[in-house]
Amino acid sequence: MSVNILDAIGGLPRPETDTVVEATAVEKWFGKLHVLKGVSLTVKRREVVVVIGASGSGKTTFIRCINHLEKIQKGRIFVNGHLIGYREESGKLVEDKERNIAKQRQEIGMVFQRFNLFPHMTVLDNITEAPMKVRGVPKDEAVTTGRALLARVGLSMKEAVYPSQLSGGQQQRVAIARALAMKPALLLFDEPTSALDPEMIGEVLDVMKELAIEGMTMIVVSHEMGFAREVADRVVMMDDGRIIEEGTPEHFFTAPQHERTKAFLSKIL
Amino acid sequence: MNLLPFVATANSSFQFDIGWFIHFVFPPSPALLGGLAITIYVAVIAQAVGVVLGVLSALAGMSRSRVLRGISGLYVWFFRGTPLLVQLFLVYFGTPYLFGGIDLFPNHVGLVGLDIKGAVLAGIVAFSVNEGAYMSEIVRAGILSIDPGQTEAAKSLGMTYRLTMMRIVLPQALRVIIPPLGNEFNNMLKTTSLLSVIAVEEIFRVAQAANSASFKTFEAFLGVALYYLALTTIWSAIQGVIERRLGVSQAGGQQASFWSRMFGFARRTTGTAEVEVPSSGGH
Ligand SMILES: Nc1ncnc2c1ncn2[C@@H]1O[C@H](COP(=O)(O)OP(=O)(O)OP(=O)(O)O)[C@@H](O)[C@H]1O
Ligand SMILES: [Mg+2]
Repeated sequence: MSVNILDAIGGLPRPETDTVVEATAVEKWFGKLHVLKGVSLTVKRREVVVVIGASGSGKTTFIRCINHLEKIQKGRIFVNGHLIGYREESGKLVEDKERNIAKQRQEIGMVFQRFNLFPHMTVLDNITEAPMKVRGVPKDEAVTTGRALLARVGLSMKEAVYPSQLSGGQQQRVAIARALAMKPALLLFDEPTSALDPEMIGEVLDVMKELAIEGMTMIVVSHEMGFAREVADRVVMMDDGRIIEEGTPEHFFTAPQHERTKAFLSKIL
Repeated sequence: MNLLPFVATANSSFQFDIGWFIHFVFPPSPALLGGLAITIYVAVIAQAVGVVLGVLSALAGMSRSRVLRGISGLYVWFFRGTPLLVQLFLVYFGTPYLFGGIDLFPNHVGLVGLDIKGAVLAGIVAFSVNEGAYMSEIVRAGILSIDPGQTEAAKSLGMTYRLTMMRIVLPQALRVIIPPLGNEFNNMLKTTSLLSVIAVEEIFRVAQAANSASFKTFEAFLGVALYYLALTTIWSAIQGVIERRLGVSQAGGQQASFWSRMFGFARRTTGTAEVEVPSSGGH
């Protein structure tokens, strides 16, 4: 892909701080189930981090905590230097007001495994809805940006159709455009290609690679090791609610340390 | 025409008076037209208010606040658990007890420049509140039918709860809500006949008056039945248009045809076999 996608939103959104994500000792329970057992992760500006790990290891839960779709019980998550989801009152975490949480989420784009496009809106409306209603961008500006984004993900002709009329790969590209339209400082991806037919995976990964090259800060839960090898700065291996190994993609291909990592990689590679 | 051939038939008042019947039905008398107006506007207002109350109650019932959930639960429990006629009497006769002797529904109420009979207003209030309880369940089911992924996507774009509901969840839930809402309104049109017991001159009361004056009992009540049929038939047609516009069937909601709504069954073709599905009744 030769086009510059981020040009459509006026260039790379500038995070306020050099450290975009700083998660320390995050713990989470679903009732009695201890799902995250002290996860710490730091993501710098322009970094691409790929998260791998067996099913049930807590990957989805962890990235959902980063935009507070899930509550945490211990630890701290900062994005752009702001504590996410909570206020600290005498050392205790108190959940923040819904309004403040919504404001924090404006800076954090998320792309879901199952796209979650709004089926009652056209493709273009899917993209312009949040900028207009949340950020208060005037309609003509939102439409111009939306069209520019659609052009850059190769879906110009599709702006007036409904999501159900698109293939999975096309829907996921719209979902990426929708997230980008908010000019987020950070993009989270939860297995963005695992619900796609094999022949459509490439078109979505191409868009993600382009974003990575253009400097977008991203955390990507994915087992697409080809993608990781090409653009990831770091790969993080999760196991049973913990990060058990962290390193460059090369490290994981050539010299994984942990037995669990080796066993896992032998299954997916 | 003698409708009861096996009963001693000396009394000529049991002869169906077709002339009187036709005259009663068409052209309608001013009294009947007035009754029709009351029936329609009470039904429309009560349904509209009921929908608003139902949305509020459904949202309260699904909120995080225990207090709001409790209020919603009590509301639905009480108004679905007692007869509407009893509720109508409680509203109409009860307000002086509740509001320190002040009758909220005296004979004439001046309301935004309109002069409405207190009993009509009491009826609108009782029907609205009762309807709200039923709509609450319908709206709740509609909201729950929407994939939680929709709410998550909206939240992750920075939308507040309010925006998420107004722009994402409720518009989608509407497709699921509209068919049962249509049935509710069909019921509401008929339920207004209860107003006759508190002396509101809606169409059923007009028919009762015509019966008292003429002893044309069967003719009068068959006549008014035709009027209710006309109202519900016209509504079914309108409902069909609304559902087609909203594309109710695409959303997986069952789109009943005009005929299935009228006669209570839906023909659906599955492969080669035709199955008849009983349509869900009202309450
Ligand atoms: N809403 C929930 N309620 C209760 N338990 C949950 C919930 N969501 C996830 N879990 C549990 O938390 C654990 C971690 O789940 P999570 O979805 O984060 O794993 P994952 O690493 O993303 O797995 P996968 O590769 O299958 O997507 C699992 O044991 C799962 O069953
Ligand atoms: Mg997952």
